[in-house]
Amino acid sequence: MREFCKWLASTPLSQTLQNHDWMIAGLQTIHILGIAVVLSSAVLIDLRLLRIAERDQAPDQVARRFLPSIWLVLPLLLASGGLMIVGEPRRSLLNDTFYLKIGLLIAAIGVTAFLQSSVLRHAAFWNATALRRTLVKCAAAASLLIWSCVILAGRWIAYTDTDLGG
Amino acid sequence: MNGLIDTLRQSDIATAIREGDYLFPSIECVHVLALCIVVGSILVVDLRLLGLASRGRPVRQVITSIVPLTLAAFAVAAAAGGLLFISKADKYLENGFFLAKLGLIAAAGLNMAVFHLVTGRDLDRWGAVPPTGAKIAGGLSLFLWISVVACGRWIGFTMAVN
Repeated sequence: MREFCKWLASTPLSQTLQNHDWMIAGLQTIHILGIAVVLSSAVLIDLRLLRIAERDQAPDQVARRFLPSIWLVLPLLLASGGLMIVGEPRRSLLNDTFYLKIGLLIAAIGVTAFLQSSVLRHAAFWNATALRRTLVKCAAAASLLIWSCVILAGRWIAYTDTDLGG
Repeated sequence: MNGLIDTLRQSDIATAIREGDYLFPSIECVHVLALCIVVGSILVVDLRLLGLASRGRPVRQVITSIVPLTLAAFAVAAAAGGLLFISKADKYLENGFFLAKLGLIAAAGLNMAVFHLVTGRDLDRWGAVPPTGAKIAGGLSLFLWISVVACGRWIGFTMAVN
């Protein structure tokens, strides 16, 4: 991985990013704005399922309003995040917190996909018994927690960057 | 003013945040999490005012269901931000991006107040696409909050606090 980081850092694209601080800052700004959209969309769907917000609208309608933003903005986050890695490979690729974040991200995407399917395509099945309805609520609570942890781990990457020495 | 800043900076809590290994990063994490909810949720309202999203839902319902979440998240972000500020108050006050960020937040608040008191008084009569005044308020809010986030991120690059 160290060799790969060295190679990645030597590529022309990485050199360009390294030589322009404003590019990294700009990418991070785009990244955080994208996170704002994804997190808020997920939170609004979760809070609806937990009957805390948007109670005057049916869960499937709330899901239809906010799910597309999650799936549309995620590729933008992968692109801006990918460029951030190219610009500073060691900061993330040699950093355990980064891998923790990716693991949490995969879990968050999984829970969101489950919620999508249980609220839209298989709504009748997941609404049929009290146990199933409770399971969907638990998944909504898990989504709230896991998406938040993705963001916390993401910010923590800056503080476990070995190149900074702490 | 300087006396107040010094008192804050030398308070036990500010010293603990400044000198501890984990307090500053932890508070910053909470700040980032909360500000993501502030910006993402207000965006829902802005896009509704611009007539670009949630068009089938009356403006009042969008506002009453979303804005409480925005305000709660803002309270958390401001409290966490305040703690970060007092830990290095002197340095933040010398930072142009920090001052710009405060000004932009004030402008966003003013924009919200003007909308609440003037432009939005007849919002119950608006259809899928609100009038020009509302679009201006929504567009302005969008622009101001994006600028707040950009300035906030730039503080990290100009003050070495990451």
